[in-house]
Amino acid sequence: MRIEALFLIGIAVFFGIVGAVYWFWAYEQGGTMMLAGTTLLGLLPGAYYYWWSRRMKPRPEDRPDASIEEGSGVIGTFPNSSIWPFVLGMGLFLVVLSLVFGIWLLAPGFALVISAAVGVTVESRRGGTV
Amino acid sequence: MTVLAERQAVHDDHSEHHEGPTGLLKWMTSTDHKVIGMNYMVTSLVMFFLAGLMALAIRYQLLSPGGGIAGHGLSNQQFNELFTMHGSLMLYLFAGPFAFGGLANYILPLQIGAPDMAFPRLNALSYWLYLSGSITMMLGFLTAGGAAAFGWVGYAPLSEPTFSPGAGPDLWILAIALTGFSAIFTAVNLVTTTFYLRVPGLTMFRLPLFTWGMLVTAILILIAFPILTAAMVFLFADRHFGTHVYTVAGGGVPVLYQNLFWFFGHPEVYILALPYFGIVSEIIPVFSKKPMFGYKGMVFATMAIGALSTGVWAHHMFTTGTVLLPFFSLLSLLIAVPTGIKFFNWIGTMWRGQIHFAVPMLFCVGFLFAFLMGGLTGIMLAAPPIDFATHDTYFVVAHFHQVLFGTAVFAGFAGFYYWYPKFTGRMLREGLGKLHFWLMFLGFWLTFMPQYKLGLEGMPRRVATYVPGLGWQFLNELSTIGALIIASSFAVMLINLWVSWRSPVAAGDNPWDGHTLEWFATSPPVHHNFERLPPVRSERPVWDFHHPDAIALSHSNGNGNGNGKVRQPITVGSGSDGEPE
Amino acid sequence: MTAPTTGSTGAAALKRHPRRLALIAAISLPVVLGGCQLPTFQGYRGSTHQGHDEFLLYAGTFIAAIVVGVITAALIIWSIVRYRHRSDQIPRQFQYHFGLEIAYTIIPVVIVLILFGFTVWTENNVDNVAAHPAQIIDVNAFQWGWQFNYADKHVSVEGETLSDPDPIGLNGVGCAPANHCYGPGLVVPAGETVRIYLRSKDTVHGFYVPEFNFSRYAQPGVLNTFDLTVQHVGVYRAQCTQFCGLYHSEMFFHVVALPPAQFQAWLSSQQSATVAAKRSSSSATSGSSATSGSSAASAGTAAAVRHRSTSTREAAA
Repeated sequence: MRIEALFLIGIAVFFGIVGAVYWFWAYEQGGTMMLAGTTLLGLLPGAYYYWWSRRMKPRPEDRPDASIEEGSGVIGTFPNSSIWPFVLGMGLFLVVLSLVFGIWLLAPGFALVISAAVGVTVESRRGGTV
Repeated sequence: MTVLAERQAVHDDHSEHHEGPTGLLKWMTSTDHKVIGMNYMVTSLVMFFLAGLMALAIRYQLLSPGGGIAGHGLSNQQFNELFTMHGSLMLYLFAGPFAFGGLANYILPLQIGAPDMAFPRLNALSYWLYLSGSITMMLGFLTAGGAAAFGWVGYAPLSEPTFSPGAGPDLWILAIALTGFSAIFTAVNLVTTTFYLRVPGLTMFRLPLFTWGMLVTAILILIAFPILTAAMVFLFADRHFGTHVYTVAGGGVPVLYQNLFWFFGHPEVYILALPYFGIVSEIIPVFSKKPMFGYKGMVFATMAIGALSTGVWAHHMFTTGTVLLPFFSLLSLLIAVPTGIKFFNWIGTMWRGQIHFAVPMLFCVGFLFAFLMGGLTGIMLAAPPIDFATHDTYFVVAHFHQVLFGTAVFAGFAGFYYWYPKFTGRMLREGLGKLHFWLMFLGFWLTFMPQYKLGLEGMPRRVATYVPGLGWQFLNELSTIGALIIASSFAVMLINLWVSWRSPVAAGDNPWDGHTLEWFATSPPVHHNFERLPPVRSERPVWDFHHPDAIALSHSNGNGNGNGKVRQPITVGSGSDGEPE
Repeated sequence: MTAPTTGSTGAAALKRHPRRLALIAAISLPVVLGGCQLPTFQGYRGSTHQGHDEFLLYAGTFIAAIVVGVITAALIIWSIVRYRHRSDQIPRQFQYHFGLEIAYTIIPVVIVLILFGFTVWTENNVDNVAAHPAQIIDVNAFQWGWQFNYADKHVSVEGETLSDPDPIGLNGVGCAPANHCYGPGLVVPAGETVRIYLRSKDTVHGFYVPEFNFSRYAQPGVLNTFDLTVQHVGVYRAQCTQFCGLYHSEMFFHVVALPPAQFQAWLSSQQSATVAAKRSSSSATSGSSATSGSSAASAGTAAAVRHRSTSTREAAA
């Protein structure tokens, strides 16, 4: 976890420096804002990961001498198949197309989106932890 | 001697059968990263072939100054639509999705020993958004005003409703928003998968370089695509909701569009390059029978390229007169350094190896030459004065085609040939593959080298006609012939796929003596990928497993200076591994 | 006003010349040649002072690129030929060589920093604007043509098509060759520094003269300022490079560099033509330079040419 944290914090440090240099050299707002945003993109998860990495033992995948058995057992819950991503995708497709082809497309679009949201929730409940 | 253990994944499907639905329903409902990866690859290859056909039409038009053969050319409007869609399809719908949606989706979980991507349903949603986006973009051709015709960059005043009315540009904007969200979801998935689903012992500094490339790419996607989507939302609001973000008359700033676009656009160039660097870094060691030379240097070079690429957006805007030239020039030039490190590491990997020139390796060597040429002209373009002389000419066209063709096509198809046995369990024919390579290699140089000369003589890009009597027609004819040769090479590839489909040759699990974990799975891998895994003690566990006697020298830094005599076999599974029960 | 300017630029050029030689010597040791004997490397030598500076940087970078490219390509070719598969023995599995890796990190950094130094030096020369230019010209780009205003002289040239060579009616100076003369002509005095104020009336356009090794965007809401010092009398073809819509490929212009005396004669002939046109036209137009151009066009003088009819453009749009 430590390397991952440092990787993300590295992003923040790099773009913090570049952003500062850019601001005091170019005085241009647009680019500075984007660089500042990128700094936050690294800093927020990076700080969180670092906070955790100080409080947990290295996971088996963080230790070079870990054996495969240490990772055996349940590693997650994965759906076998699900129709809902397709329904949600098509719903969003219609919603987006409504901006061009007419507002009436919103009705079937939202119907699909909502049914997909309900469907995927129910599916997850039935399937156990996610 | 070796430790193999079972890892289990729990399926939240109550039925015990692993296959699930079949046929069309399987395609629609699968959340398996392998099926989604294949969907991505097939869709993006279709987009690649469509965009290639558009390129042929463009090259046909440029055969003569007046356009086409014997006056049967395209109209300006047709030409403008075609080059816009050629660029858009290639960049938004082929090169990126083929890498981070197709190859990464399929290969990355296998390389880190994961049963699937971290968020399988989100992964499926990514694909459906990508497919919707692709359809949306192509729908532009069916509208009354035609498809978008303002270049793949869609610079703002031109893409405003005053200059580009109609539904085609709207569809283009929405398509980019859709594929943008798809890319963001995929990136979230890739980062999470890499951080959380590695097998024990596979530390970050043992990740295969393709996975490293994809991780950095995913971070770049998270940096770049939200900005692009924001730029597109502003543009759409300008077009339909009466805002004036990019119109001078309403108090807006058109240059803002260029800043936003290129803050996406330049990382995008590396989003299209880093995965392919990763593919090359996988293939060259395997076919040289050696570990990657300077593995850690490669990792840091990948990070450096990713980081620097986000600070150089305005080098596409040198001629706007509104950007800080030295800052962007320096950062752009500095990208040459990590890229150079990668080059020398690839050469170092081949050095004193036993290079097998199977088709994937041939494509990698083709990539090295193509990218060398594209990279050197890239260094020239990083200098603002030289950019002033060549900006928006065919010099730039030749440069980025050599870079992108080098990465997305040479390295992309290297990866395709390399992993095809894993995808299908079948081999592609070597002879046809070599024919494909040599035709493409020849066509590549013939197409793009004359374009450098055209650019230096001042032929602008995106022109449907050009001035006669300047000697440009001959160079354009060469370029068109080259494009035809490239097209014929892909006909050979399709024949190869057809032959492999009609009369299969079984590949086995590990046809290339591969290094990374995907070669430990069956071909094609079973549902949830692995039933057994080898111990991970380096960045190439499968090689260690198959060559236990060759480990000693590879994993200790100090032994590089020995000349082959120091060979102390280390028992696999010694130390804390324990012996198998 | 014009004569001293010429003198000072000439002197500056002479002063700069030794430094240029030093630049070439530094970058291109293998090619022991003076600044003018350099091969063109397929590019243009640059017909302006600014463009020539660019050419020197281009030539130096080109040589550096050739050297780096040949070395790298040779290494690739050597390894693929020499280390081709010969036996099934597994080669030695070396992976790290710290010194070597540091070397090929440091050397590119040094090369890049040297290149960067020359780049900054050149770009400062190219972007440098003189305190007292000999002539100020406002250039306005629009879909799909150009307008050149000599504001202080009340002269305007406007045109928007590719056909009809030599639309500006130079006194006895034919425009040749014909395929260099599409579109309106930007007439400048040779050997003197001309200031360009570049604007756009609609979309982004590119002001690009290949033989000057120079381009600059014309953008709505942005004023771009630069100097051109054309060194030789001649005609230089030019065109829009930034894609700007339907007739982008036909948005030509050309630069005509005349000897200063002839340039002044041309200006005064245009002035009288404009004044005559203004007098003859009874329409109530203001006296601004831009309208003087368009009124000249409506009066059918040689000052402006519009070929494509409005109806065609509307049909296209």
